[in-house]
Amino acid sequence: MEQSVVIQEGYTRLKKTRTLFIGGLIAGLVILIGVAVTLGSADYTVAESYIAILAGLFPGIFSAPDLATTIVWDLRLHRVLFAVFAGFGLAVAGSVMQGILRNPLASPFTLGIASAATTGASIAIVLGAGIAGSEYLVIANAFLFALLAALAIYGMARYRGIGSETMVLAGIAIMYLFSAVTSLLQYVGSAEQLRAVVFWTFGSVDKSTWPKLGIVSLVLACTIPYLLYRAWDLNALAEGDEVAAGLGVPVERSMIVFMMIASLITAVIICFTGTIGFIGLVAPHITRMAIGGDFRTLLPASGLVGAVLLLAADSIARSVLAPQIIPVGIVTAFLGVPFFIYLFMHRRDA
Amino acid sequence: MALLSVEDLSFAYRDREILSRVSFPVDTGEVLGLVGPNGCGKTTLIRCVDGMLTPGSGRVLLHGRDLRDMHRRDIARAMAYVPQSAGNQTASTVFETVLMGRRPYLNWTVSPADEEKVVEALAILDLGGLALRKIRELSGGERQRVMIARALVQETGVVLLDEPTSNLDIRHQMAVMEVLSGLADERGLAVVIALHDLNLAATYCHRLLVMKAGEVYGYGEPEEVLTPDMIERVYGIEAVVKQDLPAPYVVPVRPGQLREGA
Repeated sequence: MEQSVVIQEGYTRLKKTRTLFIGGLIAGLVILIGVAVTLGSADYTVAESYIAILAGLFPGIFSAPDLATTIVWDLRLHRVLFAVFAGFGLAVAGSVMQGILRNPLASPFTLGIASAATTGASIAIVLGAGIAGSEYLVIANAFLFALLAALAIYGMARYRGIGSETMVLAGIAIMYLFSAVTSLLQYVGSAEQLRAVVFWTFGSVDKSTWPKLGIVSLVLACTIPYLLYRAWDLNALAEGDEVAAGLGVPVERSMIVFMMIASLITAVIICFTGTIGFIGLVAPHITRMAIGGDFRTLLPASGLVGAVLLLAADSIARSVLAPQIIPVGIVTAFLGVPFFIYLFMHRRDA
Repeated sequence: MALLSVEDLSFAYRDREILSRVSFPVDTGEVLGLVGPNGCGKTTLIRCVDGMLTPGSGRVLLHGRDLRDMHRRDIARAMAYVPQSAGNQTASTVFETVLMGRRPYLNWTVSPADEEKVVEALAILDLGGLALRKIRELSGGERQRVMIARALVQETGVVLLDEPTSNLDIRHQMAVMEVLSGLADERGLAVVIALHDLNLAATYCHRLLVMKAGEVYGYGEPEEVLTPDMIERVYGIEAVVKQDLPAPYVVPVRPGQLREGA
């Protein structure tokens, strides 16, 4: 009896740690958002920034100078929230892919989905729209190609039998193929087009707008509750196809649904941001190290880790060389990689 | 009516026939051992029985119902499966890994009753002390016992196991087989277990199904099935079978050694 009490108490402790971790992340994120909206080249104090936010929300009660309200609402707030949502979504997509493919290297980027999006954008920039052309053509093309890559990976895996290794191998092959297409486009493009393509690949949240934020949050609002609802199935799939099937999970159908959802989340984010690597790979690892692999808590927690990472990186990107803004993809890599390697060297249970 | 009954099951992978008209019943309280050389179709048979592979012909009846008419979740509540590999080396704890066996019953939350079932299964398999360790920190044998504990919390009438003792030392092999045959006795489980060790199979199984190249070569109690002639036909080796022990004991001998001794 003694031992059973110890075990159940241990599990209760684990659950408490998870709640604390998530609570801490939410608190941290709120503070970070609070700091991030005050950052920018226009020199407003923290208080002025908050009054401007409140003035936008409750125009009758609070009032702020029009310019301040415009700057905070039209330039900063959606960008900050976009970084939060994008980080959240990329991390959730990464968690799902790593889980169902049982591969710690799986992420939207190692699976070729991001490089396909880059190719889509490049095609639009070089062959279609030109650099002055419609921004939405670039976005739509990037989105389309990202989904195309996901379908291609799935198709190849299906043809060979849908093992997780086949999917990763297919993803890597796809990544090389699309990289080659992008290189070719860069080779034939003009200097200006080349610059636009390269800039797209840097990845940044510079181009965020309220409508774009709306689209991303809508997709997240539709998909993440579903993923959470099926958290036990994700847990079972992470143990292996055979285990999952034995536990009553329809393996093949679930793999397709989960891959498509993860791809959709990725596609809808990176078509607006360009390549922001690393978040989708690292956030799930950090979270698993901290609180283990139960998807019921892994999904929200790694989403929050992703949001904190991307927002922190973007805040640094905006302030280090202000008024110059460094693309956030560069910052995530510069700060994230050493941190990640540090974690790996000190904790072996990633 | 048998708890589980396999009727005329055939399975082919493209043109290659893996299973050919395999039939057997397993009753409540019975331990059935599947034996035969590598590649004889034991794993494929278990996968077909669990509904993971769809047989080309024949059928599997579980509680008299055709498996094809059953929902996956209902199958998982009636039949548990322990695969051959000792599981993935995840960051989950032993407790949570075993808890996953409750998946066919869980919606989202875990009740104290679910937790107690996990604790009980851990105790049965002598894993209580490892409950809060991570799976990746365990040895292969410990992981294998975790997989069996997970099958137990599934609370099914039928348990299928694919070589569950392959990574275990002799003490733990015995311990696992004791647990399984004890559960068959006490809870009336029907256990189907693929084994390489003929002597372990003879000691613990009520009946043996001997397979070679996808076909059934013999079916019956170990005393009837394990004969020198059968072992030569199925494995292509000479052996002596000692019958004066509690269970038949197979001693393989080097080619020609028997004649020299005679």
